[in-house]
Amino acid sequence: MKKRTGVFVCHCGINIAGTVDVKNVAEELMKHSDVTHSEDYVYMCSDPGQKLIENSIKEHNLDSVVVACCSPNLHETTFRNCAKAGGINEFQCEIANIREQCSWVHKDKLKATEKAIKITRSTVEHVVKNKSLEPISIPVTRRGLVIGGGIAGIQAALDMANSGYEVILVEKSPSIGGHMIQLSETFPTLDCSQCILTPKMVDVSKHPKIKLLTYSEVQEITGYVGNFKAKILKKPTYVDPDKCTLCDKCVDVCPIVVPNEFDIGLTGRKAIYIPFPQAIPATYTLDIVNCPGLLPIACGKCIDVCEPGAIDYDMKPEIIEEEIGSIVLATGYDLYDKENMKEYGYGKYADVLDGLQFERLLSASGPTMGEVLRPSDHKVPKEVVFIQCVGSRDPELHCAYCSKICCMYTAKHAMLYKHHVPDGQAYIFYIDIRSGGKDYEEFVQRAKEEDGVVYLRGKVSKIFEENGKITVWGADTLAGKDIEINADMVVLATAMRPTKGAEEFAKKLKVSLDKDGFLSEAHPKLRPVESVTSGLFFAGAAQAPKDIPEAVAQASGAAAKAIIILSQDHLFHSPIVAEVSLNLCTGCGMCVDVCPYDALSLKDNKAEVNEVLCEGCGTCSATCLRAAIEVKNITPGQIYEMIDASVGG
Amino acid sequence: MAEEFEPKIIAFLCKWCSSAGSDLAGVSRMKYPPNVVPITVMCSGSVSPLYIFNAFQKGADGVLVSGCHPGDCHYIKGNFYARRRIALVKELIEYIGLEPQRFKMSWVSAAEGKKYTKIIQDFVQELKPLGPQKKLRREK
Repeated sequence: MKKRTGVFVCHCGINIAGTVDVKNVAEELMKHSDVTHSEDYVYMCSDPGQKLIENSIKEHNLDSVVVACCSPNLHETTFRNCAKAGGINEFQCEIANIREQCSWVHKDKLKATEKAIKITRSTVEHVVKNKSLEPISIPVTRRGLVIGGGIAGIQAALDMANSGYEVILVEKSPSIGGHMIQLSETFPTLDCSQCILTPKMVDVSKHPKIKLLTYSEVQEITGYVGNFKAKILKKPTYVDPDKCTLCDKCVDVCPIVVPNEFDIGLTGRKAIYIPFPQAIPATYTLDIVNCPGLLPIACGKCIDVCEPGAIDYDMKPEIIEEEIGSIVLATGYDLYDKENMKEYGYGKYADVLDGLQFERLLSASGPTMGEVLRPSDHKVPKEVVFIQCVGSRDPELHCAYCSKICCMYTAKHAMLYKHHVPDGQAYIFYIDIRSGGKDYEEFVQRAKEEDGVVYLRGKVSKIFEENGKITVWGADTLAGKDIEINADMVVLATAMRPTKGAEEFAKKLKVSLDKDGFLSEAHPKLRPVESVTSGLFFAGAAQAPKDIPEAVAQASGAAAKAIIILSQDHLFHSPIVAEVSLNLCTGCGMCVDVCPYDALSLKDNKAEVNEVLCEGCGTCSATCLRAAIEVKNITPGQIYEMIDASVGG
Repeated sequence: MAEEFEPKIIAFLCKWCSSAGSDLAGVSRMKYPPNVVPITVMCSGSVSPLYIFNAFQKGADGVLVSGCHPGDCHYIKGNFYARRRIALVKELIEYIGLEPQRFKMSWVSAAEGKKYTKIIQDFVQELKPLGPQKKLRREK
């Protein structure tokens, strides 16, 4: 059956009409057997232009429309809405791009007109075989998942829960809090980190809408936007938090001492431990890797002293399955591995520390109760050298990028050191000072002027131990001379890296990473919290190095994006998806193998399309040997006709 | 003097990168010969070898397939499939005795209007000395 197509050729002022004879295009198209009506107009996208299309559809009883105008990226939606207003299905409207791909790139009016006719004819061939389609409606599971319980994950979970949605917060370690809870005070206001974070942690634990799963890891995410399924492994802590009274007797009797992760090895902890006093959930965890055995015969001291009977050696790993609608990834960062920084003696000399270790030394609840003491001999260091850009901004050997927060926290470290040891001297080796941020530059100036911190512009060439001192060789490039400092302690501002295991985790979730291993956002400027996978959002340092205010802002942004999905009963998906001809399909499965979205599967020996997952790329269609699968409204049959019209006479 | 031979080129452009790159050439008012008629497809991975040979049968003198740069595919990996398939198409074209210069694959991002312009300019110049493609052309 012939279609009744209307062709509308836009002049776009002189943008098209200056190079293309638009009247001629309209006349030529009128000769096509499927074209019922054809006309040109000066600005088709203007109100009167749109009205003209709408009225023509009704007047000429059109069933499809081709608008020959600018790129479909600009006005496809405009004209599809216009077709809808005229009473026809929006997918019966196609755009012939005769501006960007024709009038603007050619000079010869005759040839440009010929080409515009071919493009428009080809588009008519396209539209005459289009089917009327409706957007696919997807129901939404109105519950969110946040992965990572640092400040970013906490903020995202609270924002989502406070908006009224249930949230599952998964944290791999025994407590939430992330790296922020390890910090002493925060720049530029010197708020105590624990004082500002612990209330939020408590809010999480008390929130009726938040289900907190600590010591747990997301093992698998399947499904799609609005309808994800998460498989979460909850590792056994061997302690029932409901029975535990935090009496600490189990810790007293435990004979095993291992390095304490929370103090980055500056202290030890037992095999049964609470990560830090304000941990949420407030309970002990029995670290099975270091415990001599769960058999009472091997040790069993803790179970013997536990009066409330909270310790249970028979606790088993648990797989928890949850259905969720949207996901926020906030997997955080780790510091650059010290193995990589041997030239600075990190890991070799006890008094060479990294930034987080120094935070613990400064912390009032730290291993020295806030006194700055050398780990080697517990003496107060009188000269401390801070080195910035350790592993950062070093494309030859380490990370090419700037870790962003080190300039600020090093200024803070030096300042706090001076507050603790007023007669001590702090030196900072730096490449540049990057103190962009509200009140940040003033903070650095304060360190220099009020606290007398000596800033030396240059790199450090060597660090070695000599007579109980750490000798630092470096250069002061502003004074143009070599510097040697016999320091008591050295603090390295090591690079920020994506958290360990982030790569494997990203593979599991099919999230792409950038060249440095950070989560790769959908658009660096306009979609900074979204992943390319619909329904998956990013927050915090997992996406790029960032400080606390930025991580919090991004977390609230990601939460808002996640809520956009959760706030709807149904989502709509483009109906331009693959379709299988069951009588042609032989069930060979080649399409299933090539589908980038896992949208195809074999059912009863025939390919089956999951229309929600399908993005309509058509890779399956090009792969199928029997032409049994094609994408709706851009089928091989349509392409062949379009080729015919495009080659022309 | 006889009129100069003007080759007809069909360009299969992926919607997200190459078609957008060709739009950019327009927005930047770059100029290239009008010998090419673009057909926008969703992904270079959807371009079946049959499309390419169909274009030659219909009388195209040259065919271009252009997609996102490898690794940048809007559909994750569609252009990797395109790349493998196109390698075979090239061999087949040589095998059946068609001039290999008549077929081209390129990677043009949405930011590469200039590159697209250059590809079309060069392609037209390369096709001119070959004359009309008659080997696969089916008379109507």
